[in-house]
Amino acid sequence: MNANPQIQAEPLLQVQSVGKSFWKPDGDEVVVLQDVSLTLRRGEIVGLLGRSGSGKSTLLRLIAGLDVPTQGAVRYLGAPVRGPAAGIAMVFQGFALFPWLTVLGNVQLGLEAMRMPEAEMRKRSLEAIDLIGLDGYESAYPRELSGGMRQRVGFARALVVHPNILLMDEPFSALDVLTAETLRTDFLELWNQGELPIGSVLLVTHNIEEAVQMCDRLLIFSTHPGRVASEIPVDLPQPRGALDPAVRALVDRVYVEMTARPRIAHADARAEPVAAARIDMPLEHVSTNLLSGLIEALSAPPYEGRADLPAIAQALHMEADDLFPVAEALQTLRLAELEGGDIRLTEAGLAFARSETDERKNLFAHQLLAHVPLAAHVRHVLDERSTHLAPKSRFLDELEDYMTEQSAEQTLRALISWGRYAEIFAYDDQRQLFSLENPA
Amino acid sequence: MSTERLPISVLRQRFFPGRWDLVAFVLVLGALAFLAHAALSLTHPLSRLTPESISLSPWALPDYAAQTALRMLVAMLASLVFTFTYATLAAKSRRAAAVLIPLLDILQSVPILGFSFTIVFFLSLTPGHAAGAEMAAVFLVFTSQAWNMAFSFYHSLCSIPAELDEAARAFHLGPWMRFWRLEVPFAMPALIWNMMMSMSGGWFFVVAAEAISVGNTTVTLPGIGSYIARAIAARDLGAIGWAVVAMTLVILIYDQVIFRPLIASADWFRLEQEARLSPTRPWALTLMRRSRLLSFGGNAFSGLMRLGFNRRFVPQRPRHAGPRGGRFGDVLWFAGVAALAGFVIWRTGRYILAHVTPLQVLHVVGLGGLTLVRVLVLIALASVIWVPIGVYIGLRPRLAAALQPVAQFLAAFPANLLFPVVVSVIVSYKLDPNIWLSPLMILGTQWYILFNVIAGASSLSSELREVGSNFRVRGWLWWRRIALPAIFPFYVTGAITAAGGSWNASIVAEVANWGHHHLVAEGLGAYIAQATAAGSFARTVLGIAVMSAIVVTLNRVLWRPLYARAERKYRIS
Repeated sequence: MNANPQIQAEPLLQVQSVGKSFWKPDGDEVVVLQDVSLTLRRGEIVGLLGRSGSGKSTLLRLIAGLDVPTQGAVRYLGAPVRGPAAGIAMVFQGFALFPWLTVLGNVQLGLEAMRMPEAEMRKRSLEAIDLIGLDGYESAYPRELSGGMRQRVGFARALVVHPNILLMDEPFSALDVLTAETLRTDFLELWNQGELPIGSVLLVTHNIEEAVQMCDRLLIFSTHPGRVASEIPVDLPQPRGALDPAVRALVDRVYVEMTARPRIAHADARAEPVAAARIDMPLEHVSTNLLSGLIEALSAPPYEGRADLPAIAQALHMEADDLFPVAEALQTLRLAELEGGDIRLTEAGLAFARSETDERKNLFAHQLLAHVPLAAHVRHVLDERSTHLAPKSRFLDELEDYMTEQSAEQTLRALISWGRYAEIFAYDDQRQLFSLENPA
Repeated sequence: MSTERLPISVLRQRFFPGRWDLVAFVLVLGALAFLAHAALSLTHPLSRLTPESISLSPWALPDYAAQTALRMLVAMLASLVFTFTYATLAAKSRRAAAVLIPLLDILQSVPILGFSFTIVFFLSLTPGHAAGAEMAAVFLVFTSQAWNMAFSFYHSLCSIPAELDEAARAFHLGPWMRFWRLEVPFAMPALIWNMMMSMSGGWFFVVAAEAISVGNTTVTLPGIGSYIARAIAARDLGAIGWAVVAMTLVILIYDQVIFRPLIASADWFRLEQEARLSPTRPWALTLMRRSRLLSFGGNAFSGLMRLGFNRRFVPQRPRHAGPRGGRFGDVLWFAGVAALAGFVIWRTGRYILAHVTPLQVLHVVGLGGLTLVRVLVLIALASVIWVPIGVYIGLRPRLAAALQPVAQFLAAFPANLLFPVVVSVIVSYKLDPNIWLSPLMILGTQWYILFNVIAGASSLSSELREVGSNFRVRGWLWWRRIALPAIFPFYVTGAITAAGGSWNASIVAEVANWGHHHLVAEGLGAYIAQATAAGSFARTVLGIAVMSAIVVTLNRVLWRPLYARAERKYRIS
């Protein structure tokens, strides 16, 4: 079935109940990955799919030996991974090329570190450069190249060490759609013809179409903490056209899987009676322009308040990972609901679509205070204080009991932006101060 | 391996000397001959280094100038070695950083001539020979250059992008290879800029360090500085004019041969295409690239370095992110450091108080206040003058392109060469030294304000300027809303550099001689200068301690908050 005939039983890599936590200075633990297991065999491409914050990039770094797990073990060829292992190479999202080295210099880097004789090093590098379509660019510097060409260098640099495992961390996400498509097809073609000196590939992505097109197997990660929510085998023949009905059906299925999870998590949270515990809900910053835009698109024909997620993503020219945060923000504010790969506007959402600016702001403020406990909390604190002032650090400290510093900062930034739009409080960034008055 | 598979771009051509090689050959040969000559002079007996041995003939100047330039070069190399070791150590070890970085901060604030008492130590290393005196002079220049370079390198090491760091680790770069392939290139642009700043300051101090007396020890090294000192003693304005000409040429040559190529190559090390510092390719860089002789040397060097890449060092383990281990070790380490620091402070304090009364300490603090007032008033005056001029120049690209190098040159030019001219005027018109000596402190450092403001004004986007004219924002409103905010971060950088330089200059500027006339302005700089000349170690240390304390406090209370504010509020991201 799989295009690559050399699949063998012997596992290249085994990830055994791996967990990863970070400790904050005060000793609290933040769990990023929990109980993740996976096996990678020779000749397969496995995709790790998930929202940002699902720990899939962290997992990739554990496998690369760039970080160590706090629980469980990563075994490469039967031996535990301690530090970057020979035979595992990585392609980076931002290319990670050394700007002061030429294309050839960048490609040679790993071989140089391997103490390879100069002549052999050059021969192998030129082969890799040839293979990946960089002929004639050997003496160019990365800054002279376009994004697509740069990532080709990233690929050549990884291929040249003939790795057993190629790790790819969202390798196409920094490229424009057309370039990404070209690179993807080129890579798949070489892979399917068995021309790549690679054992197998582990691909981290948030692009559902890309995952379905490239992978033999998909692992879908849930967020907070990250763990494997489900596994989907992809038994479709290569090449897989984006418009092929079988491919479309699978993409739809993945959408359903990916939207099913957060809804259950929210249901759990709602069941919890203690209000204070819910302040810890991390918020992702989504501009209110995007929120209004999606609501308006959904309320207009042909959707009339309800749409299939893949369909509306395509109609709005958004990637899944751009669309999800917006959809989820709407869900958090109870302006819409996600269900089985569909998004549906609530009563409030429909009312929002019909309203004018001021009315919208009132409605938004109402939803924000009712359904985002942190917003209600900030407002409450400001109301209570006689000065109606509160420093940002006060809330930051509170949030950091539940989440990482970075995520607390992000959550507050999201809240500030929404709160300003809703005019439920004011914020002065110079003084890092929340207040109730808007500047005169 | 067969060469026909090699693409043209990597085929190394056979060695065949070309036009550029001829130039390179002459330059290399000249440099070697000169180095040999200079090395020989190190063995001369110390007794020959008297002020009388300095000739005031203009024909002696090329030789003196070359020796001064060589001292600068050696000091710069020493600063680089220091930078690479000290900053690397601080960046790699958390415990070392906790000690090294604050120490660097203090060292940076110590007035450079405060180190002049080390001369006695260096002389004792090579009794009777000039080598010790040379080392002392180089060390003094080194102390004016090394600290900010080390700081810049340390910051670069701490801010290496995560992905590049991961790539280096994932592809198994050893520490040595990582250093040369990742860390040094990444730090290069900032380091080169700081080297230039260091050089600018360095000329000032090499001039001051060549002719110096500590107590009974007087050192006069052949160089432009000694030439000037001799000219002052002889009240020879003509000789001073010649020295100024010689110095100008030396700085121009340094700029052309070392810094233009360095800046041009710094662009290369930038992560992304940013505004280029140098629009045209300097001839010296062309020489290096074109001359096969030089590139042969370069290849040999990089081959040598690559030998080191192959060394297997201890493999790099990922750092464990678990709850911090080694808390106990930390406590032990910091307790040890605190104990040592306490001991040093106690001993120094006891030593000073044994020689100086508390009332005198109070007096010195008062002198510090006087110098502080001078520095602040002068910075304010310079700002009032140069900010409008800098904005005017910066908004006119052609003018800016023409004048920016001039401003940078003026900042590098050692103002102490011009002191005698001013002092002779003060003497002949019998002006009050307390007031009229003060401008000398800022004579050399005001240019930092000017060229930073020019840079700031030229970076103001044409769109923002068009908005200004579109809404007819004019006059004072234009300054308040557009020009001043745009240049503010740049201005603060310039003012910090100028203020730091002025403190250092105060030691040279508050005391001045012209023949047998002796002018003194009351202040901390004069106090330190006199204490050093009198060989009073306790008073020198006291003066330096007070000055460091004032500078550090000023940095914390005034400059750092201002800079943070500038960064936060006015940076257009």
